[in-house]
Amino acid sequence: MYTGSITVADTPLLRYVLGRADDALVLGHRLSEWCGHGPLLEEDMALSNMALDLIGQARALYTYAGEVEAAGRDEDAYAYLRDVTSYANLLLVEQPNGDFARTIVRQLLFSAFIDPYWRALMASTDPTLAAIAAKAEKESAYHLRHASEWTVRLGDGTAESHARAQRALDELWPFTGELFTMPAGERALIDAGIAIDPETLRAPWRATVTRVVERATLTLPADGWMQRGGREGRHSEHLGHLLSDLQYLQRAFPGATW
Amino acid sequence: MTTAPGDLTALCAEVRRVASTVVDPEIPVISIADLGILREVVVAGDHVEVRITPTYSGCPAMNMIKSELEQAFATAGLAPVQVRLVLSPAWTTDWITETGRRQLHDYGIAPPAPGGDRTALFGTTTVPCPRCGSTDTTQLAAFGSTACKALWRCATCREPFDYFKCH
Ligand SMILES: [Zn+2]
Repeated sequence: MYTGSITVADTPLLRYVLGRADDALVLGHRLSEWCGHGPLLEEDMALSNMALDLIGQARALYTYAGEVEAAGRDEDAYAYLRDVTSYANLLLVEQPNGDFARTIVRQLLFSAFIDPYWRALMASTDPTLAAIAAKAEKESAYHLRHASEWTVRLGDGTAESHARAQRALDELWPFTGELFTMPAGERALIDAGIAIDPETLRAPWRATVTRVVERATLTLPADGWMQRGGREGRHSEHLGHLLSDLQYLQRAFPGATW
Repeated sequence: MTTAPGDLTALCAEVRRVASTVVDPEIPVISIADLGILREVVVAGDHVEVRITPTYSGCPAMNMIKSELEQAFATAGLAPVQVRLVLSPAWTTDWITETGRRQLHDYGIAPPAPGGDRTALFGTTTVPCPRCGSTDTTQLAAFGSTACKALWRCATCREPFDYFKCH
């Protein structure tokens, strides 16, 4: 019984919920790739635990997407049966892990945004989103602290770790503009008090990142050309490779359980 | 299961008592009631529902806790009691009871520091060693054996210990 890929309804709320779920799942998957490869045992466990938090958030959001769409789909259908162009995650979170510095800097740039985002979303007029945000906010606060402390350790460490952290910051910077973009349809959700206007988080995000970067003796890159497209389903080639790994089993053996 | 209205209070108490015998699979000295995971027992007509809330979004113990609850109710002859996972209000370490905090401490896990500054960008918490009480301790890893614990070390007795993070 081959089920193939699914096409989901294109409504603003569903798109919004899936975008947030995809951010969490894709970044969680990236962090899970470190399991067994961490630079030290404690860090292997830390990255795996953060992956667990993110995948847990994704599960709650996908389950809610199922309620919103009301097409009888569960969390697994959205994670395993959507093609790459249906994924609406930010380009930042699908970027490859690279070295440890790159993984940490990616985590810093994302966490410094999503932590205040979840805190603001706790006041959402949508009770389910507010409940999911209230749980996620506690977790993202620890992710942000973890990434901040490691960024300082790497930036203010050896010449080698400093150079790697700076390179990671420079290379990932063009993906930060997308954090503050708003896909069509989201304005109405913001006006209804359901979603958060990401633009309101730009200044706090920049303040957090600047504080960490300065303490880490790194240099904040200049804002230049910013990449975007993830929210609209236009991804880098990296996401396809990630999904082929993540979705392989359900695609090869549809409906497999154990 | 049919119940006269007068028995409702007794039934709720019995369901709660049985539910409280279930312990956290990862910290088997503390019951789910003392951990604050067991939220409420709701009786509506013939329908009895027990509500539990996850500690962390990705807590892998929730499925096991749910099946252990169902097992406990079946053994006690209270089936079918429904077990439902609720997300709101979000669990907080403030819900761990005094008994629970003592049990964690006696098990060698430092209980969460009340009012810990969770949102500070850089860690500053002081955690007393659960073995010798010394505050000359340092964090080794922010994420320990499970997502809800950090790994610390005591400079006085030289022992490592788990710290249940403030959440
Ligand atoms: Zn000690």
